[in-house]
Amino acid sequence: MNPRLTFDVPSDVHQLLSYPFMVNALEAASVVAVMAAVVGWFMVLRGETFAGHTLSMMSFPGAAAAALAGLPLAAGYFAFCALGAVIIAGAAELGGAARQAQRSAVIGAVGAGALAAGYLLLSLYGGVLESLESLLFGSILGVTRGEVLTLALVALGVMAFLAVVARPLFFASVDGPLARASRVPVRALAVAFLLVLGLAVAATVQITGVLLVFALLVAPAGIARELTPRIGVSLALSVLIGLLIAWVGLGLSYFTNYSPGFFSTTLAIVLFALARAARSLPVR
Amino acid sequence: MPFSGFLGNALLAGSCIALLSGLIGWFVVLRGQVFAGDALSHVAFTGALAAAAAGLDLRVGLFAATVLVALLLGVLGERARSDDVTIGIVFVWTLGLGVLFLDLFNSGAAGANGTIAARTLFGSIFGLTAGEARLAALLAAGTAVALLAIGRPLLFASIDPPLAAASRVPVRALGLAFLVLLGLDAAEATQAVGALLLLGLLAAPAGAAHRLTANPYRGMALAMAIALLSTWIGLALSYWISGIPPGSAVIGVAVAFYALTIAI
Repeated sequence: MNPRLTFDVPSDVHQLLSYPFMVNALEAASVVAVMAAVVGWFMVLRGETFAGHTLSMMSFPGAAAAALAGLPLAAGYFAFCALGAVIIAGAAELGGAARQAQRSAVIGAVGAGALAAGYLLLSLYGGVLESLESLLFGSILGVTRGEVLTLALVALGVMAFLAVVARPLFFASVDGPLARASRVPVRALAVAFLLVLGLAVAATVQITGVLLVFALLVAPAGIARELTPRIGVSLALSVLIGLLIAWVGLGLSYFTNYSPGFFSTTLAIVLFALARAARSLPVR
Repeated sequence: MPFSGFLGNALLAGSCIALLSGLIGWFVVLRGQVFAGDALSHVAFTGALAAAAAGLDLRVGLFAATVLVALLLGVLGERARSDDVTIGIVFVWTLGLGVLFLDLFNSGAAGANGTIAARTLFGSIFGLTAGEARLAALLAAGTAVALLAIGRPLLFASIDPPLAAASRVPVRALGLAFLVLLGLDAAEATQAVGALLLLGLLAAPAGAAHRLTANPYRGMALAMAIALLSTWIGLALSYWISGIPPGSAVIGVAVAFYALTIAI
């Protein structure tokens, strides 16, 4: 059967859900979208966008190493992203004396180095051509029930952690010195957040691919931030936008046979541009 | 010539591209424009795949896309100081667009699936023909000469923009010209080490050189030397040990050099 978009919503949704692989993909994407939107919201607030970028690069050699060792890809993703989080946390400590330019050179070198290592491992594995594209740009195929469960567990853990530390983390992100003076453990929070970000990125990568993580991690929070200054509203909006981006990407990909990445990222940039434009309009 | 055939071609093109990337990378790190280099490398990927999908020579897409976006960055960069969220969303859209072109290309040319992505993203320097290598070398040399021609005022404008502007150095025009040269280098380096890895060739040797010396001329020479050495060692490694892709080897060696300078 060739799926065809009929613009009759119930029938389209029925078509979407008629294959188990599509149900798995949609569930996994929804779980990941909610988690990525919340973690990404804090990431944008803390100005750690490029840490997220580098963590996603780290996941590429992780997946390749896991494939080479015959382990499940998810194991490689989580292990390498956690490692990346530790490295970035360490580099932030070192970087105190280094100049800003040096630091960006380090980030650039680490990112390129991670991708180079991943490509090397993948070549050694010999599976370059089929898996490369889906590793880098995501794919709607091949999400199993087990993976959906793992993702859901990770998402639960991440959300529970954020729920517990939300208040001090917000305080520490907005005004570090004042938080420190009020005995909030700012440094411990920073390291813990990086680790959680690593987990979230490792989970997101499995849906969006290594290179398109920002579609779910940065875009929803960036758009929500443009629309409202209120914390709760903006967090909720970010989750809704994340789900919309994930669903539209998967749905259109299913009906057109093109990769979900193009649709997700295009929707993200269009929404972002609209939000920007709306904000610059005069307020009545 | 001791090296003929594909290894000779790779050495010729790779050496020229390495020298150019080392030199331009030194300015990139000095000016804090590593992320502009990152952006242009993403664009290189999309440009190459757009050309592939349209059935044109990859290099047409590479050069057209990178130079256009470099101009755009230069013009917009002055007025709108873009934050990392904007950059992130634009990045990811550029790559998303690249994926669409990849799909279009794959559905057009059955059987070529995957190779084009691997070639553009991670380079295919051993696949260059003699003519392509010579052209790449000439373009790299031309770009390097252009950069050296504006080198002194660019250095001044990078280190102290207000003072340079007061001394009637055209800071804005220089910034724009530099971004265009960076775009040309990104298009060149994509052929050697690929769109995803060229940032390593820009950032790692230059970062190492900046750590080792504050003297600009010594720094530029050092960055070029490290880039050249990384390329030679990397190409040798991937030539003698089968299974190691050249792009990975070159970047691996360059990053190792950088790590070494941080460690000592």
